[in-house]
Amino acid sequence: MAEVTFRIERFNPETDSEPHWEDYTFEPKPGSTLLDCMNHIKWYMDGTLTYRMSCRSAICGSCAMKVNGGGQLVCNAQLDDHLGCHVEDDRLITVEPLGTFPVIKDLVTDFTPFWERMHAVEPYVKGTDYEDGDKETRMSPDDFSKIDPASTCIACGACYSECVSFDMDKKFLGPAALAKAQRIVHDTRDHETQERVERLSEEGGMWDCSHCFACVQACPKPVKPLYRILELRREADKLGVHDNNGSRHARAFVDIIEESGWLDEAKLPLKSVGSLQEIMTDLVPMGIKMWLKNKYRPNPFHLLPGMHHPEVPKMNEVTKIIEKTKHSHQK
Amino acid sequence: MASHEPEAIKGMPGKRYAFYPGCVSKGACKELKKSTETVCKHLGIELDELKEAACCGAGISDDVNEEMTDALNARTLAMAESRGLTLLTQCSTCQGVLNKINKELQRDKKKRDAINEILEDTGYQYDGTVEVKHLLWVLIDEAEYGLSRLKDHVKNPLTGLRVAPFYGCYILRPSDDLGFDHPHRPTSLDELISALGGEPVDYNGKSKCCGFPIQFMNPKNSFAMAGTHLTSAKKQGADTMVTPCPLCHLNLDERQSDAANVLQERGKLSGSIDLPVLHVPQLVALALGYTPKQLDMQTHIVSTKHVENKLSGVAAG
Ligand code: FES
Repeated sequence: MAEVTFRIERFNPETDSEPHWEDYTFEPKPGSTLLDCMNHIKWYMDGTLTYRMSCRSAICGSCAMKVNGGGQLVCNAQLDDHLGCHVEDDRLITVEPLGTFPVIKDLVTDFTPFWERMHAVEPYVKGTDYEDGDKETRMSPDDFSKIDPASTCIACGACYSECVSFDMDKKFLGPAALAKAQRIVHDTRDHETQERVERLSEEGGMWDCSHCFACVQACPKPVKPLYRILELRREADKLGVHDNNGSRHARAFVDIIEESGWLDEAKLPLKSVGSLQEIMTDLVPMGIKMWLKNKYRPNPFHLLPGMHHPEVPKMNEVTKIIEKTKHSHQK
Repeated sequence: MASHEPEAIKGMPGKRYAFYPGCVSKGACKELKKSTETVCKHLGIELDELKEAACCGAGISDDVNEEMTDALNARTLAMAESRGLTLLTQCSTCQGVLNKINKELQRDKKKRDAINEILEDTGYQYDGTVEVKHLLWVLIDEAEYGLSRLKDHVKNPLTGLRVAPFYGCYILRPSDDLGFDHPHRPTSLDELISALGGEPVDYNGKSKCCGFPIQFMNPKNSFAMAGTHLTSAKKQGADTMVTPCPLCHLNLDERQSDAANVLQERGKLSGSIDLPVLHVPQLVALALGYTPKQLDMQTHIVSTKHVENKLSGVAAG
């Protein structure tokens, strides 16, 4: 096999004021995983290189780092699949510590923020009362299938590395913790579903996710946190937790499709925000700006109660689909 | 306009598409639809607009009703299928939503049957044979239109224009379902910019979320995301940014002053950002010889004058 260069971000808080890149060029054995390569560097080239690893089988979750710009495990990744990513050198691989967590040394990051958020969602079944003498609570395979994906989380933290909402605002619970929350919310043994969903609908919860798929991309397991967050949102809708801009926005969106088949961009913001103040200080100035530039001039009559913008042709077909798929709680 | 020869490519496979414009291009970003139609007409790409298609749901309607969202999108896919055409979008988000459900329906016969049952009395059925492509991919992929053909049509190369490609989310992730670009190191927009004679600018955040989806839930974070990417591009010397998604455009352009305010509050910016943001077909059309006015660039909230000046050789102001 030809030589490969690993360009690794190094940082030693005892000697360095800033991180720097170091290159390691060698000839990997055919069939190497990325972790094999990291081990080769540490064992034969530079013993000071520091990273976490243990199981080598995508079980312990300790070996997540950023490869070629994205968080992932290195033990379950083939080197060959990661070559050819850099235009300037197709035998180059870059390795950095996970993003968004503080770096302790080289590729080792401080997981305190991760565990704080996991604890914040109280990730344990609460309120189960066992019937007299009964030592178990049964769950149907169907019910279990709802919590199965989120149960496979190995807490590797790759999703937080890529989460832009978390990067912007540490109040956000973040992907893995919200996935864990979904796992408990849909656990038939838990008796605090309503309270949990209400708490998770507050600031920093399910509606602060920007739906960017970065966690789906990073997740090495079937957890795929974004999809679990969407399950939480649908649960919130079902349970009637509607008094927040996220829920209002999603419900208004569906209402508008029901009315006309396509999105009315003037109506949606008006129906999404919860206060007159937001309308006056944010939406009206925005609307005026767009009006003046002739960017968007909606017909104001369409905004009156009971009115809407023109329907898509063959709206009757759209209505048929909507009628057939309406949930009982929406009717 | 300079004469061109759409005849030269008549009969090329895939040159006619079922066109799904998306709601935003009929509302707050009409300039996008106009530019796409201008570019396609110029290049001889025929658009068969799906006028009866419903909204894709933009990744929002499935927060409430996933089944409805899936069925409405399956109806759209079936429209393209009945015409025997590839589905073309000019919006990353429409593309992502349609591709996700398309891949699910192609993989999962049981799901397809269930959705077809819902579609039954609309007269549509979907067999899973359609491909969904974004305009950007069609322009790049030699099996569709291709950059080598596009290059032949460049009349006013974007010489000296430093363009920051903003990829965003839906056109990149999840890459297993899309597979056009590398999820962390995408190149398609960069290649397009170069082919048009411009200079792609590398900067942090080009494949991150623009913040638009949380504009009403957490406006500060939403605008901070947009502002962070815009300032990062500006710091690398960008004259303009280009995006394949009109929803990104709504945050990056329409909300740019809000983004600047949030960054100022957070002590990360003094002054304004002032970075014009273009839609992909606008950038292409400029190189094909169209004027900013013909592409309705004057309707953008952030003035695109700087781009005009740069291209007409006037010293940047
Ligand atoms: S070493 Fe255990 S998950 Fe990679």
